[in-house]
Amino acid sequence: MYKNFLRYLISAIFLLGLNVSANAEFKVGFVYVGPTGDHGWTYQHHEGRNAVEAAGIKTTFVESVPEGADAERVIRQLAQSGHDLIFTTSFGYMDPTNKVAKEFPNVKFEHATGYKREHSNVSTYSARFYEGRTLLGHIAGKMTKTNTIGYIASFPIPEVIRGINAMTLAAQKVNPEIKTKIVWVFTWYDPGKEAEAAQALIDQGADIIMQHTDSTAPVQTAEKAGVWSFGQASDMQRFAPKSILTSIIDDWAPYYVERAIAARDGTWGQQDTWHGLNEGMVAMAPYNSAMGADLVKEVEQLQKDLASGKAHSFTGPIYDQKGNILVAEGKVADDGMLAGMSVYVKGVEGDIPK
Amino acid sequence: MIKIEKRNDVPITLYFFTPFIAIILTILGGGIIFYILGFNPIEALKFFFITPISNLYGFSELLLKATPLCLIAIGLSFCFKSNNWNIGAEGQLTFGAIVGGGVALLFYNQEGFYILPLVILAGAFGGMIFALIPAILKTYFNTNEILVSLMLVYVSKLLLDYLVVGPWSNPEGFNFPETRQFSDSSRMPQLFEGLRIHAGIFLALAAVIISWFILYKTYLGFQIKVSGLSLKTAKYAGFKGKTMILVVFMISGASAGLAGVGEITGPIGQLHRMISPDYGFTAIIVAFLGRLNPFGIIFASLVVALTYLGAETAQIFLQIPKYTGQVFQGMILFFLLASDYLLFFKIKILNLKKNELRH
Repeated sequence: MYKNFLRYLISAIFLLGLNVSANAEFKVGFVYVGPTGDHGWTYQHHEGRNAVEAAGIKTTFVESVPEGADAERVIRQLAQSGHDLIFTTSFGYMDPTNKVAKEFPNVKFEHATGYKREHSNVSTYSARFYEGRTLLGHIAGKMTKTNTIGYIASFPIPEVIRGINAMTLAAQKVNPEIKTKIVWVFTWYDPGKEAEAAQALIDQGADIIMQHTDSTAPVQTAEKAGVWSFGQASDMQRFAPKSILTSIIDDWAPYYVERAIAARDGTWGQQDTWHGLNEGMVAMAPYNSAMGADLVKEVEQLQKDLASGKAHSFTGPIYDQKGNILVAEGKVADDGMLAGMSVYVKGVEGDIPK
Repeated sequence: MIKIEKRNDVPITLYFFTPFIAIILTILGGGIIFYILGFNPIEALKFFFITPISNLYGFSELLLKATPLCLIAIGLSFCFKSNNWNIGAEGQLTFGAIVGGGVALLFYNQEGFYILPLVILAGAFGGMIFALIPAILKTYFNTNEILVSLMLVYVSKLLLDYLVVGPWSNPEGFNFPETRQFSDSSRMPQLFEGLRIHAGIFLALAAVIISWFILYKTYLGFQIKVSGLSLKTAKYAGFKGKTMILVVFMISGASAGLAGVGEITGPIGQLHRMISPDYGFTAIIVAFLGRLNPFGIIFASLVVALTYLGAETAQIFLQIPKYTGQVFQGMILFFLLASDYLLFFKIKILNLKKNELRH
């Protein structure tokens, strides 16, 4: 009894100390997994933060926060120091975000790429990057001479598999001979490994390199080897001006500004956002003129159709590697199927690592 | 001409006082860096060193962060004192976490008071086995333990990568590289409601006391000290060098393994790729800052843990780049080594002309 009382008393003192919030000014916090200068994933989130700042809202960020035991402390500290809305911009922050959200019901949380919304003050958001992959597939199918596309993949999670499939389907549509070769590097950011993977794929005959990793090493390797490549997350054109055909750009700015204003004005509500080309969360960098005017026109049309919903990245018939039907003719894959995608479509070589 | 001479009688009090000088110099150096970066140095230092621990919650986080550093550094002190350069504590931590985590997963969804002790023992055992590899290679094949222990860090990290991506990944986790969350029966008990400090801190304190006892009150401790002072003397005295090398590596590995298992059963609660932000390497700084003395290491682990927390707070409140934390750690080590050098050697500036005249 006494022991319990003492425990609660001490806890109460701790929690009192914890809730000393600062002033009432509306503030937005950002937690990044990498450095702001990675020219990929974190760089783009940082650009989004700059847009929020430009909209007249005060922001704070913490960079290179490991996805281990430290994340929870950083998120809690942001919540505690008077931030009203907190964006946690990596998958690994999912559990810590939900845990801290429980303790701070008046603070709003936005977790990127996760699926857990355990409390009413947690929203999740992600982008339909696969729509961009469809455009890359179309370009790759037309531009390849060796009919071999090299793909540097990070982890066999649905998002990555979706990208591989979307790209392969689009490439097959314009070039039935196409083969997709994949190297799994099991990292999001490791320039050395990514460069090696790119070189290995080039050595296996790939004349198009694409990546689902964040560094600029693959495009630089492609530039050196004289093959085509695509940038990832941000416009990587300046790192490989000859080689890059276009880049998929993650444009978080409109979403961040919208949600920050909503939170400030009290209209913020929990939601699960999955925006694509239509809303501008996925955008394409300028197309390389080496593609030729006709192909650029084609791709721009496809981009419009994907945005308007006239075209869909996953339109049936779609078969898996063994030839079983996944999506029937005339149908498109629903979001549930896309979110849990865990098999390759026909035409992708190899097995998903298990 | 400059001549460097060894000082003969270095007072022991000064030897234990130089770490404080190093810390003060680091704070001064940090202030200058903040000033150059355009921040008010006093304010920046306040956010760096005082704000993180200005409330009890912050202090509990400091203890949480210091626990693995203290454990690893205690283990390393055995190796370093006896001239065995184990710099692969990060790998031993990772392997300990793998073995401990494996046991935790084995008992997934089971209850029992015996599970947590088993998990902890497995972690210590894993770290110990992993540290035995460089030790055996050193004693029987004369390899360089620095190289072997360092390279084994990557081996264990890759093994962890493989396990969390493949066979041990959470079946309901959409292939994300992480295992299931451990059941409560294999989690460290929390000490206070709402705080993250856990029973692992008692492991660290026990390690401090036990290691003090071993180092200063046993024959093994005497052997370690003599081997550290002079290997030749140790051989001459008839100490069995091989056994001692194996033992210090085992102690060191077990401590690192405990640190790893404490992290995964404490604040993390599962295995994934980011279980340690290089605690095993940072602990090397901690061990030296603590003068390889168990009680000194407690103090050093708190100081170094504070540089992590301070970097976060400084970025949150002033948007100072977070890497200043690493700069501070580097500065501490630099100033410590520099003041040690000046402590043990004196620099004499000789007058050349006079010398020439004599010849």
